[in-house]
Amino acid sequence: MTIRVQREDFDPAAEVAALTAGDRSIGGVVSFLGLVRDMAGDRPIDAMTLEHYPGMTERTLAEIEAEAQRRWPLAATLIVHRYGRLEPGDRIVLVATASAHRQAAFDACNFLIDWLKTQAPFWKLEEGPAGARWVEAKDGDDDAAARWSDTAGKAAE
Amino acid sequence: MKLLYFAWLKTKIGIAEEEVSPPPEVRDVAALIDWLKGRGPAYAEALANDAVVKVAVNQEFARRDAPLAAGDEVALFPPVTGG
Repeated sequence: MTIRVQREDFDPAAEVAALTAGDRSIGGVVSFLGLVRDMAGDRPIDAMTLEHYPGMTERTLAEIEAEAQRRWPLAATLIVHRYGRLEPGDRIVLVATASAHRQAAFDACNFLIDWLKTQAPFWKLEEGPAGARWVEAKDGDDDAAARWSDTAGKAAE
Repeated sequence: MKLLYFAWLKTKIGIAEEEVSPPPEVRDVAALIDWLKGRGPAYAEALANDAVVKVAVNQEFARRDAPLAAGDEVALFPPVTGG
């Protein structure tokens, strides 16, 4: 159950290795690694600056993680999210879930990134040749997060 | 009361945070937003379309009818775009 919000880069392989170290009940790990794209729609991107709300960010991520724990039998979870100025190709976020069996790990990882995108207080400022602009929230992200509200509690039954 | 602004709300209002003492009739989030709109053109413009503004009170998402107290930390920000 690890949450980190940091400016520094991270090593996904080392993070996943640390997540499972010493727990032989784990049969599967699923991870999602988010990267900065070089395009936003049809506009090229030179850099992206992530702003966040220190305090509320960690608190929200802890709540989301606790919700995943309630819904699925997870042996371990990890959320690492960066802030500050990033460039295309840079790592932004890592979400990893470990469980005895793969389905809980897949579903929980999917849930965590969907909820993180719609609830954790991060904002992206994109810089390109045309200047800087704040990224707008996508309806598709809300839809992706909403699909999990129907399944609340079912996985735990 | 401590106010925090993020993303384009911070850019438009021109500051990241401030201490304010709203009048006693500002009892909830909706009233606070209305009061802020009257504090100057930058506030009025930033909050013109306040339907898109999200609010957190003491670091929890809050609805427009959430009550406010003098010592609260209130953050105003656009919909989140992390991940």
